[in-house]
Amino acid sequence: MTVTERQQLAYVDAQAAEGRVNVELETDEGMVINLGPQHPATHGTLRITAKLDGEQVVWADVVPGYMHRGYEKLTEVRTYPQITTLVNRIDWLGSFANEVPFILAAERLMEIEAPPRARHIRTILFEMARIANIVLFLGDLGVQLGAVTPAFYAFRDREHVLDQIEAVTGGRFHPNFDRIGGLRDDLPKGWVADTKAVMARIRDFCDEVEALLFGNEIFQARTRGVGVIPPEVALSYGLTGANLRATGVDWDLRRDGDVGLAHREVDWRVWTHPDGDSFARCWVRLQETREATGIVDQLCDGLPGGPIMAKVPRIIKVPAGEAYVATENPLGVTGYYLVSKGDLGPFRVKIRSASFSNVSIVPWLLRGVYVPDIITILASLYFILGDIDR
Amino acid sequence: MTASLLAIELAYWQQTVLRSVGVLAAVLLLAGTLVYVFLFKMMSFMQSRLGPMEAGPYGSMQLLAEVGKWIQKEDIIPWRADRRLFAMAPYVVVLAVFLILAAVPFGPDAWFTDLDVGIFYVLAVSSISVLGILLAGWASANKYSLLGGLRAAGQLIAYELPMVLAVVGVVIQAGTLNMQGIVAAQADGEIFGFSGIGNPYIITQFVGFFIFLVSMQAELTQAPFDMPIAESELVSGYMTEYSGMRFLLFFIAEFASVGAFSAVAATLFLGGWALPGMDLDADYMNVVGPIVLLVKIMLVSFVVFWVRFTYPRFREDQLQQLAWKFLIPLSLVNILATMALKVAW
Repeated sequence: MTVTERQQLAYVDAQAAEGRVNVELETDEGMVINLGPQHPATHGTLRITAKLDGEQVVWADVVPGYMHRGYEKLTEVRTYPQITTLVNRIDWLGSFANEVPFILAAERLMEIEAPPRARHIRTILFEMARIANIVLFLGDLGVQLGAVTPAFYAFRDREHVLDQIEAVTGGRFHPNFDRIGGLRDDLPKGWVADTKAVMARIRDFCDEVEALLFGNEIFQARTRGVGVIPPEVALSYGLTGANLRATGVDWDLRRDGDVGLAHREVDWRVWTHPDGDSFARCWVRLQETREATGIVDQLCDGLPGGPIMAKVPRIIKVPAGEAYVATENPLGVTGYYLVSKGDLGPFRVKIRSASFSNVSIVPWLLRGVYVPDIITILASLYFILGDIDR
Repeated sequence: MTASLLAIELAYWQQTVLRSVGVLAAVLLLAGTLVYVFLFKMMSFMQSRLGPMEAGPYGSMQLLAEVGKWIQKEDIIPWRADRRLFAMAPYVVVLAVFLILAAVPFGPDAWFTDLDVGIFYVLAVSSISVLGILLAGWASANKYSLLGGLRAAGQLIAYELPMVLAVVGVVIQAGTLNMQGIVAAQADGEIFGFSGIGNPYIITQFVGFFIFLVSMQAELTQAPFDMPIAESELVSGYMTEYSGMRFLLFFIAEFASVGAFSAVAATLFLGGWALPGMDLDADYMNVVGPIVLLVKIMLVSFVVFWVRFTYPRFREDQLQQLAWKFLIPLSLVNILATMALKVAW
C-alpha cells in the first residue's frame, strides 16, 4: 500500500491542527471564534470575531461590509424617481419606510408638500412597514433563543400585512410607491376595512407572542440583565429606535421630529423601558407593534379626501441645495442627507442607517458575556444586514 | 425462559440471533415512527403548517426519501479531522441506544435480554453516548464542534445524577433492580388497598417521574436543553462537520434514544408492558405487551417533543444550576420520603 502525498499532507496537517487546538485550550490565549459571515445567528453576512475563554467572551469585534452594495454611489447616477427602487432594498423587511425620508428630503428641497390624503396614506404604509418588520423580529427572537415555533406564527401573520401592502403598491417587499409630491396611486376599494381586520389580527399575534415568549421563564432568564446598555452609553454610540427607548430615553422622531408625516394627528404613545437590557429592547418593540396597529387604525378612520399627488413637473429637477431628513424607521432613525446641484439626479446622498449605529455598540456589549448571550444580544439589538452595509 | 409464544423450542444461539435482530428492528422502527409522527407531523401542526405531504399518502414515505437522500450524499471528512475517531463517533452514539433498548422488556417472554440489575445497567450504558459526542466534537477539528462536544459532556454528566437519584425512589419501592421485576411490582401493587389498576409509580413517585422527565430531556439534548446542538449559536454543535450516512446515524440515534429513554420511563413509572386487568403471565401478553408499551412510549415521547417545540433554550450556567441546585436536592428529598414511607407501610 502506497501512501500518497495527499495523505501525507493530511496527516501532517492533522497533527498540526491537533497541536494548535491543544495550545489554544491550554494557554491563556483563548480561542478565537468566527461567528459569520456564514452563521445562522447573523441573519445575513455579518461577521463577528470573538475571543473566548471557555464559554466567556474576552473581546469581540464586528466586521461589517460583506454585503456592501454601494447604494450611496449608485444614487449619484440615477434620477430621483429611480432612486426609490434602490433605497427600498436597504432595510428589506420594512422597505416602504426607506423611501419616505428620501422623498421627504427631495420634497423639502423642491418646496413641495404632499396633499393631506397622500400624507396619511404614507403614514399608514410607513407604520405597516414597521409592523411587517417587527412582527418578523418577534418571531425570529424565538429562533435565536432556541424556540422555533413563534417564527412560523410570525411568518403566517406577517403575510397578511404584506398582502395589504401588496394590494396598494403591487409589491410585497419592494413597493416603490412613494413619489415626490405624493403617491403613485390611491388605495384600492375595500382596503381600509381589510386593513383594520389585519391590524386586529396583528394585535392577537402580539398577545400570542407575549404569552408564548415574554411570559416564559426561560426567555426571561435568558434576556433579563443580559446586554445592559446605560442611557449615556446608548446616546454616545448613537443608538436609536427601540434600542434607545429601552434604555429609558424618551425620544421618538415620530413625535419629536418635524417631518411631514401624520403621526401627530393621531393618539398614541411612545413606550420606554428603564432597564436597558435585552428583555427591555424586545418588550419595547412588542409595545411599539401594538401602538403601530393603533396608529394605522386611527389613520384609516380619519382618512381625508382629495388628490394624492401635488402639482409636480413631469421631469423632476431638484433645485440646488442641501437637506437632511430623518424619520423614525422600524430599526431606528434613518436619515438622508441630500445634496443637489439642480440636476436630474442628486449630487451626493449620505444615508444614515439605524442598524449601522446600533451594531457599533456590539463590541462594547459583548465583553465578558457567555457565548449564548452573544446571540441574545445580537437578536435583541435587531439589525438588518442591508441596513448595516447599504 | 423460552420463546413459548409460537410453541417452538429454540436453541440459545437461535434465540440470541432473533433477539439481536429484534432490537435492531425495534430501534430503527421506533426512530422512524418518532420522526414521522412527531418531527414531521406534530411539529408541523404546532407551527400551523402541514409538513411533508408529497411523498406517499400524507407524506408517510418522506422518511424513506430522506434516508435515500442521506445515503447518496458524499461522505465528507474534514481535512484536519482525526479520521478514525471521526468515523467511529456516530457508531458509538448509536450503540448506546441499542444497549439501552436491549434491556427493556416488552412482554413476559418478549425481551431482548433480562438482566438481574436491568435498570442499573440501563443507567450505566446511557452514558456511553457522551463518549461518542465527545469524540465527534473533538475529532471534527472544528471550534463549534469542540464547544458543542464539551457542552454535551458537561450537561450529560450533570443530569446523569438526578436521573439516577430519581430511579432510586422507584427501586426502593419495587425492591428490585430487574426491569421485569419492576413491571411486576407495579402490576401487583396497590394504592392504599385499592388494587384495581395496580400501582404505576407515576402516582406514588410523581416527583421522581418529573425529575426523570427533566433529566431525560437534558440527556437527550432536546430543547430547552439543546445547547450542544444550539443551531443559532454553534451552527450544529458536535454534528457540524458530519454529512451523509454519518449524519444519518446521529439523527437516528437522536430519535431512537428518545424512544429508548421513553421506554425506560414507561417501564419505570407507567407500568411497562402490563395493562391493568390483564394476566401478567399469559402468552398473549407477548403480543399485547409490545403494543401497550409502544403506546406508553409514544405518550412519554409526546411530552418530550411537546416541550422541545415550545420552549426556548437555557444558557449553559442556568442549566447547571437547575441540575445541581434544584433537581439533585429535590431527588434526595424524594428518596428520603420514599424510604420513610416504605418503612412506615
